[in-house]
Amino acid sequence: VKILNFSSRALALILAVSLAIPAWTQSAAPTSYAIKGGKVFTLAGPAIENGTVLIRDGKIAAVGAGIAIPGDAQVIDATGLEVYPGMFDPVTQIGLNEVSAVSATVDVSELGDYNPELVAATAVNPASSHIPITRANGITEVIAAPGTTGFDLQSGGLIAGQASAFNLAGWTMDEMQINRSVAMVINWPSIQTRTFDFATFSIKEKPYADVKKEYDKSVNTLGDWMDRARHYAQAKEKGSSALFERDLKLEALVPVVQGKLPVLVIADEARDIRNAVDFCTKQNLRMILGSGAEAWKVKELLKDKKIPVVLAPTNRLPEQEDTPYDKPYTEPSELFSAGIPIAFSSFGTAFSRRLPQYAGTAVAYGLPHDEALKAVMLNAAQIFGLADQLGTLEPGKIANIIATSGDPLQLQTQVRYLFINGQLTSTDNKHRELYEQYRKRPQPAR
Amino acid sequence: MKRAIFCAALFLAACTPVATRAQNPGTIFIQNATVLTVTHGNIEHGSILIRDGKIAAVGADLKAPEGAAVIDATGQYVMPGIIDCHSHIAVDGSVNEAGPAVSSMANIADVLNPDDINIYRDLAGGVTTANILHGSANPIGGQTVVIKLRWGKPASELPFQGALPGIKFALGENPKHSNFPSPPGVQPRYPGTRLGVEEVIRQALIEAREYKKQWDDYNQRKAAGEQNPIPPRRDVRLDPLVEVMEGKRYVHAHCYRADEILMLIRVANEFGFKVRTFQHVLEGYKVANEIAAAGAGGSTFSDWWAYKMEAFDAIPYNAALMTERGVIVSVNSDDAQEARQLNQEAAKSMKNGGLSANDALKLITLNPAIQLGIDARAGSIDVGKDADLAIYNRDPLSVYAVVQKTLIDGQVYFDRQRDIAGRATLAAEKQALLDKEKKAAEAKKAEEKSEKTPDTKPDKKKKPPQDGGGGVGVASGVAGGSR
Repeated sequence: VKILNFSSRALALILAVSLAIPAWTQSAAPTSYAIKGGKVFTLAGPAIENGTVLIRDGKIAAVGAGIAIPGDAQVIDATGLEVYPGMFDPVTQIGLNEVSAVSATVDVSELGDYNPELVAATAVNPASSHIPITRANGITEVIAAPGTTGFDLQSGGLIAGQASAFNLAGWTMDEMQINRSVAMVINWPSIQTRTFDFATFSIKEKPYADVKKEYDKSVNTLGDWMDRARHYAQAKEKGSSALFERDLKLEALVPVVQGKLPVLVIADEARDIRNAVDFCTKQNLRMILGSGAEAWKVKELLKDKKIPVVLAPTNRLPEQEDTPYDKPYTEPSELFSAGIPIAFSSFGTAFSRRLPQYAGTAVAYGLPHDEALKAVMLNAAQIFGLADQLGTLEPGKIANIIATSGDPLQLQTQVRYLFINGQLTSTDNKHRELYEQYRKRPQPAR
Repeated sequence: MKRAIFCAALFLAACTPVATRAQNPGTIFIQNATVLTVTHGNIEHGSILIRDGKIAAVGADLKAPEGAAVIDATGQYVMPGIIDCHSHIAVDGSVNEAGPAVSSMANIADVLNPDDINIYRDLAGGVTTANILHGSANPIGGQTVVIKLRWGKPASELPFQGALPGIKFALGENPKHSNFPSPPGVQPRYPGTRLGVEEVIRQALIEAREYKKQWDDYNQRKAAGEQNPIPPRRDVRLDPLVEVMEGKRYVHAHCYRADEILMLIRVANEFGFKVRTFQHVLEGYKVANEIAAAGAGGSTFSDWWAYKMEAFDAIPYNAALMTERGVIVSVNSDDAQEARQLNQEAAKSMKNGGLSANDALKLITLNPAIQLGIDARAGSIDVGKDADLAIYNRDPLSVYAVVQKTLIDGQVYFDRQRDIAGRATLAAEKQALLDKEKKAAEAKKAEEKSEKTPDTKPDKKKKPPQDGGGGVGVASGVAGGSR
């Protein structure tokens, strides 16, 4: 009964707030806000009771207790609320995928195996209905990663393209973009003797030797691309246009082989992860492991090579029949304890809003709560080189901030206020609109 | 992300985790827990007395009888075992008999696989009962069965005795094969539209009605004493549909859009039966009035949406809104993983739509029990019901709750501590088997080498890899084709 009352009140409040705020108000006055009265979790120090966060021109201007509020600031009363950096979902298809089964609405996977020149930002649809729905759940920025698989997509390409980071509010991608290229996505080839054939809806078996040969060929080709990119960079440095023709693919790989752009390598099985680490070490690439269902089997290697892991959803089945039933739940805690930087991610679109649930489940199975918060707010920013702009509530950072009714990882918690790029942003969305619409449908007398 | 659905060490399927060996039922006493009865409130420092697999007493002031096996649940929460109203675990092979548009002759109960590890995994998520459904490839699919997750028992002991069997109906994109087009050169199957889906269902029911009439007529003549009346030809395709019309078999109808929900309500009215549950029913909130009036249940997802066109208007408020309008609602999994977190999925209806904690719990306990017609036996902690229970270390509606024990018929089928304690043994057993296999392979190789003569052709056949090489990069849901 207690919870019912609370929820009803919360709902009424949210509805009141959502009516008062336009969808987003980029460049509109006021550009200065003061969030006051809440418990502020900066993730850069101890929590501040009754703290104030000042926002000006899209950035965090000041954070602390007893800060003077400028006269032009719109005051947001966060009394009784908790204030955090917004959550960051680092591997998604948001903006590239509207309805998974309808290919006309999907721009995730290009044809061909080697597409380093493709950039997700090119096709992120700022009007996607996933954007307001995701941010209403406290996720303020995401990375869209081409060629990555969601819960019902097939992977596309070995070098799938460049991933782009953006804020989940804005009129155009130019306004939303945080960094157009944060990583090169590589879907690591896997030695699979059994594959599911969608055309015939049946399982196909291939001899191990054949599959191994295909695998070796793929890895050699990946190596060739890196070598050629290095030669291309050298030729380019020499400055003579006569020495080379412009090649968009090699050009895109230059920052990769120069170690300026990390590779996000998607791999799950321990053997594949080992091979990928070996490859990246030899090629001198900055590797981020994506998914990593069996990363727990290669902890020492990952720690030794300082490779961070963007984790596949905690709520998944174990890889093998004899894998402990709770291994996916305990994996984040195990990797953290081994000293490996981790970030949670949905690897999806519609399930991006489950990000806090994935972190919460990991806490249930041993991950310290404050580390789980970092792993949905700060760590992804660090892993993708955006920590100077995002991830904590510190002056100078982009003001992506949430004010919640409680623990942001808990299932019942409501996001009451949402700031993206320093603007008070509505939590209204297609789902709530449909709810409101059909809730008004007359009910026959019973 | 890849989800392997085949594993390298399939032989391990036989290695039943130690933790699952349940003791003999007798008298069990769970003490000092927060008991979430679902029907009559929460009992702090409560106890549950179990006798012969049934709940014998529930209360705050019970004492453990002499000789009872005591489970001390101090600080823990006991709730009714979770009932998953839409599952495809424990099925041997495909869940779809995908050839004919009416596959009512196929029966999931015939292909139960008690060794499916997902039985154990879901058990470890607090699930005690699951409605095992045929897939959704056909407007009228196969027969379905309710099971208890009695891990370690043979297939014959899985079914929930006394639970009415069901049959899967399916509407919309799946039966019209929108997202799984025919391979090149293969004639697409009828129906290809929602119009055709209705026609296929109505046509089959007309046949079944005619068939039923023939049998009724025959039985009447026989009862009237007629000598040697000729019985109608038996039709295993129509038998289950007759049972539907006679109220002996439940219809669980896969559906998404509001229009097709109303369509099936009309067709069911025409043939004089009730749809027992609308499954998925993601647009159920749009026609909740009609679903409630039809007396049908709604078994839905918490927050799935946008994976196909007919799921584009799905909202996470669906369960709450249908509940508000008087529909009996459950939240189901349709997925072996989702089943492990149904407590979390139910909790989301508190956030999305403001359900009370108890109403949220009902979504995965009492309500699916009502939908499956087993509420006299399961779905709440009440005297006389089966002792199907899940024990959590915290409030199960918290994301931080972890299942400690799962009981079915008063037997502990899952025990987290025992599972953890048994892992080293299992790992050693696996290693021993791998070593043995490796040795055998080496011995065979050596033998072949010594036997080789210059005239014999060299054996070019490669040995299978020792490190497996299995694993299929496919999302489990698509493979099932069941959503």
